Amino acid sequence: MSSETITPDMQTNSQKGKAMEASVEKVSVWYHMRRWVLSFLKYFSLVFITFCVLLPLASCVWTAAKTDAEYKTGNVMAMPHNWFNFQNYADAFKLSNMAVAFRNSFIVLVCVCFMTTIIGTQLAYVLSRFQFPGNAFIRGAFTIAALLPGIAMQVAVYKIMGSLGMINSLWGYIIMSMGTDVISIYIFIQYFENLPISLDEAAMIDGASYFTIYGRILLPLLKPAIVTALILKGVGIYNEYYAANLYLQDKQKLGTVAISLYAFTGPQGPKYNLICAGVIVTLLPALILFLIFQKQIYNGVAAGAVKE
Amino acid sequence: MTTTQPNVAVAERSAADIPFNKHRRDWKKTGIIVLFCFLPVALLVVFTYLPFFQMCGYSFYKMKYIGTPKYIGVKNYVDIFTRPDLLATLKLSLYYMVGALIQVALALYLATVLAFKVKGGAFFKGALFFPYLINGIAIGFIFKFFYTRGYVLDSVLQWCGFDLNNLPYWLRDQKVNNWSLVASSVWRYLGQTMILFIGAIMSIDGSLYEAAEIDGANKWQQFKHIILPGIQTILVLNIILSITGSLSAFEAPYVITSGANGTGTFFVQMDKIAHSDQKVGLASAMAVVLLIIIMICALLQKIVMGWLFRDADDGTAKARKHAQKVEKQRKKALRQANKVKAGNAPLFRNGANKEAEA
Repeated sequence: MSSETITPDMQTNSQKGKAMEASVEKVSVWYHMRRWVLSFLKYFSLVFITFCVLLPLASCVWTAAKTDAEYKTGNVMAMPHNWFNFQNYADAFKLSNMAVAFRNSFIVLVCVCFMTTIIGTQLAYVLSRFQFPGNAFIRGAFTIAALLPGIAMQVAVYKIMGSLGMINSLWGYIIMSMGTDVISIYIFIQYFENLPISLDEAAMIDGASYFTIYGRILLPLLKPAIVTALILKGVGIYNEYYAANLYLQDKQKLGTVAISLYAFTGPQGPKYNLICAGVIVTLLPALILFLIFQKQIYNGVAAGAVKE
Repeated sequence: MTTTQPNVAVAERSAADIPFNKHRRDWKKTGIIVLFCFLPVALLVVFTYLPFFQMCGYSFYKMKYIGTPKYIGVKNYVDIFTRPDLLATLKLSLYYMVGALIQVALALYLATVLAFKVKGGAFFKGALFFPYLINGIAIGFIFKFFYTRGYVLDSVLQWCGFDLNNLPYWLRDQKVNNWSLVASSVWRYLGQTMILFIGAIMSIDGSLYEAAEIDGANKWQQFKHIILPGIQTILVLNIILSITGSLSAFEAPYVITSGANGTGTFFVQMDKIAHSDQKVGLASAMAVVLLIIIMICALLQKIVMGWLFRDADDGTAKARKHAQKVEKQRKKALRQANKVKAGNAPLFRNGANKEAEA
């Protein structure tokens, strides 16, 4: 409005220019302020949430380094005198029989991962490559099985395991763990369907048997999907505690890493410096693998969850 | 008819195209199908479907793991809906539902921030995700320690100016203990949900943000109009899954409080009834009831998703259905044609057509 009434002698062109520059500067100062505040809020929230998430873990780390005297007399939040006090780790390792637990977990992990990969890829190969009566039925059966929560079924599975004589046997536990893997089969089927069928046809013309096509041609191409499925299965098996606790009752001999920590629940009251050391020992393998395979783990988790 | 076949056959090559007929190779095919399907299907039947049907059967009996079962009809089901202690456990899932929604919201915020360039982004991502990789028993101990009177949480709150005498017992006070457990559950699964959302956000075309920025859209507008529509499928899916998940909430109360002081959810109670009290019949009935609820939720999920994304339907679904129908008719016609010249059964459709041409 006012610009229309300005007379030429009141405001020269240069004055106009200056005013405009000032207003631009004002806007840009405002803009930078806003940006700075937003960025501050962003980092503040990130640091705050990460602090909250790490606090329970970090408190375990410093508690694990405390001697009994320090733990009993000092405040929980007080830092230990010697950060490299590994006595608790050694004690926890011995008390919960962790050497045996690690061996058992290793056996279970290797067997289950190997077998689920083999039978999972075989089933996926057949389901994705052949049209046969029952194909859709099997697919549907696996889809519905994914909906049934495992813990609800344990009431009846326990009786079946009992009648098969598989309670209190590492092999029984391994076989049971193999049977409930639906997500990796999904991942394999999806991946197979992306591999061109002309590969099979070319090999077939060259006289390859179905078994050769599966084992020599398709399986090597399936590597990324296998890595994804192995990570998901590996994390699941290493951390599985409910069925392990139920079926591996002789914990001294058969316990896995996840349930070895039960050794710390006793009548004498919790000695948390020891327990924290035990907790850290059990999650150390997971931490190391996570640091190495970070990217694959993220991919695996994303792929697995979408199918659920 | 025969003249148009080659084109169609070359264009369409899928697993369905390998015909199932009486060739020598088909015996091998049948063999490999049986061989490769046998073990997984047997495992599925023994450890999933057999227990499922047995469980449905058990739910009508009064029985223990050992001893003869006694048929009592639907009394177990009546018990579930009339025993106040069992009904109360279902109400606890409301806590977990609220927690799951907070988790989704928080994960969405973190994912929107961390999907773009942030200083130390890899560290934040890793630190937030790592709890997902810790086993349940360890989590139980970590949080028992964390929530103990005068320990970690109380100390931090005291630093912030709270008086210890005014703070509740986090795991014993029935006013707060369920929230404490929900917090531990959010702690564990936040990172996983976040990684999921980051994956979805990363798959959005990056040039959209540039275009929006040129048009003067601020960050909030970009979030509202680009990110949110871009990830809505996975977002809705997660919200629905969190509802189903909260009905079957189990882990946090099982490992931290063992269901004491009014924290026992439906599954924790079921576990106790099945394995400590050995009331297999009642526990089975509880499992069946929850399975039915979950099935209904899964069905509702399908309906809700279909309804929510009805606008997104640009006719592809309809077109696909039509194409399938046409394809079926074409196959039928082809099979008829093959039957006529029985004898030289084809291995591939391609091969057959070449013969036909010749």
